[in-house]
This record gives sequence, C-alpha cells and structure tokens, in this order.
Amino acid sequence: MAERRSPLSGLDVELPGVTVTEVPYLTQLNVRTATPLTPPNTTRRDGDVTTVWLGPDEYLLIGPGEIATPGVDVSAHRTTIRLTGPRARDLLAHGCALDLHPSVFPPGRCAQTLFARTPIILIATEDGYLILVRSSFARHLADWLLDAGSEGTVRYGRKPFASPKGHDF
Amino acid sequence: MLLIPCPWCGPRDEAEFHYGGQAHVAYPADPAALSDEEWGRYLFFRDNPAGPFAERWSHSAGCRRWFNVVRDTSTNRIVPQEANR
Repeated sequence: MAERRSPLSGLDVELPGVTVTEVPYLTQLNVRTATPLTPPNTTRRDGDVTTVWLGPDEYLLIGPGEIATPGVDVSAHRTTIRLTGPRARDLLAHGCALDLHPSVFPPGRCAQTLFARTPIILIATEDGYLILVRSSFARHLADWLLDAGSEGTVRYGRKPFASPKGHDF
Repeated sequence: MLLIPCPWCGPRDEAEFHYGGQAHVAYPADPAALSDEEWGRYLFFRDNPAGPFAERWSHSAGCRRWFNVVRDTSTNRIVPQEANR
C-alpha cells in the first residue's frame, strides 16, 4: 500500500529566533457564499476550524479534522508551514512586500500574496504565522525560508539543513 | 514598479496583478450587424491618451477579482475606482 506522505514531511527546523514547521494534512474547504463569514482580510476561529477570507464571496475553512460545511475539498492543493519565534516577522519580511507590523497585520489578519515569487495565503496567528502554499511549490518555499533564516547567523552561504529529527532539508 | 490599490486587499505590488486593458469598452449590442471595419475597431482599437486612462486590473495573486482604476499615463498616478465585478 502507498504510504501517505506530506509535501514537506519532516520539516521541523529551529533557526536563530524562528522555528519552521510543517503542519501536514489540514482539511481545507473552499466555500463560495454571498453571506459574509468573516470581514475582508481577516480570519475567524470557531474551535478547531479557522475561516479565512479569500475574496468578497470566497472563504477557506481550515481545520485538523473533518469540516461539516458544504464546500469544495481542496485539502490536497496546499500544505501549511508554521513560523514561530521572535524573528518570524523578520524572516517573512525578506520575501514579502506586505507591511507585517502588528499594527497593520495583527493576529487574525490574512492575505493572499506573492512570497519569494510563490503564491501563498499568509495568516497571522497569536503565536506566529501560517503560510499555506501549493504542494508543488512547498519544497521551494521551505528551502527559501531555511536559506533566508540562516542569514542571521555567523555562517553565511549554504549549509546543509538538517532538522533535529534527522530528516534532510 | 506600480503600487496598485486593490479595492479588496489594499495597495499591492504590480507583480501581483494582471493587466486588462482599457475599461468600459462595451460589447456591441448586435455584433452580427457590424461591418468588418466596425468589428475590427471594437476588437483592436483602444484609446492611448497621455493623461488619465480608465483601465482594468485583476488581482491575480490575491483575491482574483477584477476592478477599475484611472491611471494617469504620464505620471503613473492611480485613482481607485469602484469595484467592478
């Protein structure tokens, strides 16, 4: 039987001031409705489920388990990268033109934008940021983040990215 | 590089957008009644002012909605218009 494998399985890397982790296999539901679920550019939490504004009549529901709302299941489309730590915002600022200062982009805000030339959905959470990225672009984005995140250290240039769990990245 | 005001997402970098050409070009009411020249004019002829120009943009890397702006083609200054979906 085929083994289930997420696009970034094993990504759990601690860089100076920021931790980069994959949150695999989140259920993602695309919902088109004229009824506003959350104001533009914001997210809403109901228990496990986060509702993300994508457009004036379009929302993405994300959660770890099944979501009992009518919509199109797009779970396989994207995977999720979590950034936490005091330097998460600095790392994001390396590749993103948005103003991410908490006065403009506080927890609960979301944006669809380009990051390192990759289309992403960016969500500000209480403990950091979530990046939803297309599965086929995920590896590029993860490599880019780890590369940019290692700039703050004494060593410059490429170095082998080895996660504490022993997976190569 | 332009900073384009998306009516939904706010000002964003030009790289996130797709250009849609001149705005308010109405589809002919009765296309079959047009002469070849009139049809050709509808398809291919657009204004090219040095000054304010109403044009369409799509926020393709964001909310993927179409909208209109008026851009001054000599200064690139942009005045946002109504959300045009």
